Amino acid sequence: MRPVPASELPWQREIFDVLREQGFSLVAHVPDAGHATLIELCEASEALDVVGLTTEEEGVGLLCGAWAGGRKGVLLMQSSGVGNCVNALALPIICRIPFLAIVAMRGEWGEFIPWQVPMGQGTPKVLEAMDVSSFRADDEADVGTAIHAAAQFAFNTRRSAALLLSQKLIGAKQFEEA
Amino acid sequence: MLRRRALVEALLENRSENPLVISSLGSSTWDLAAAGDNPRNFGFIGAMGQAGPFALGLALAQSSRRVLLVAGDGELLMSLGVLATVANQAPANLAILALDNEVYGETGGQPTATAGRTDLELVAQGCGIETTCTIRAEDEIEALRSLLLETGGPVFAVAKIDPEELPLAFPPSFDGVTAMNRFREAVLERGAS
Repeated sequence: MRPVPASELPWQREIFDVLREQGFSLVAHVPDAGHATLIELCEASEALDVVGLTTEEEGVGLLCGAWAGGRKGVLLMQSSGVGNCVNALALPIICRIPFLAIVAMRGEWGEFIPWQVPMGQGTPKVLEAMDVSSFRADDEADVGTAIHAAAQFAFNTRRSAALLLSQKLIGAKQFEEA
Repeated sequence: MLRRRALVEALLENRSENPLVISSLGSSTWDLAAAGDNPRNFGFIGAMGQAGPFALGLALAQSSRRVLLVAGDGELLMSLGVLATVANQAPANLAILALDNEVYGETGGQPTATAGRTDLELVAQGCGIETTCTIRAEDEIEALRSLLLETGGPVFAVAKIDPEELPLAFPPSFDGVTAMNRFREAVLERGAS
């Protein structure tokens, strides 16, 4: 099969490829529409196990336990989920466990739902408060290098990192009444 | 009524490579320390609610090893959702023991929900964990040990224990990095990377 040039692949595929290249085998998530394609790619792969969570902070402990047992994982969540994780983030900090999250942003670029704004706007500040280093992708061209950098940072330095996927990249959801 | 220190000690007596033991914030970690130091223990001293998710992640990563979580009722009540995740992931190597004294023992003995109408075994059943039990007496400990260490999981057991206040017993280090590196090296049987 002819290899498809990277320029023709969607950004979700780039994230998937970097996760595979870097030896990730576990994907935990509370779903977000912005992560739906990536979750489908991971579920279709035999190399990755996908764990659906009831709340995002479960993913923090779960991935820390997996790392203690020798597996690399990533947490996928919406920006609202970052708020749920705050106290749990003490665990990777205090034990210097590498922790990586990919956050689909809401409450910013072209947001339609006012309720998304407080946690969306608070997400970078909450991450900073809990010593999680943020990496950001605003455009498709940024995604591959940003996930590569965030994952390398987390696992090479045993610290917490988050890749924020901008609402500009994902596309602001618009709702219309029937 | 069961006494927590003797119970944990009996469950871990003559322990070999298995199980890996995770304990939750506070009294459960003191109980584990009192039962004797072991590099295959990791005791939480903070991050309440995270011991369950951590034990599940460890069980998913080390599927050939038994993983035992020893957690208080307060800890489990803080993250009940993880019991649903455990049920659906269904790791055969994961056992959860709830040391249920019906109080927040570290903070002055305020009642937890299990002092009221909440039954953790029924919660676990409702989440989909099929193998469960509740024990209240010493003559049930041997059967509990078999359930927690040998029966195909996930298994969930409640031990109703005396809400006694006990002298603190500490693990070798309160430093998370020291404790985590030691545990991970013991789990992986090589240097942590």
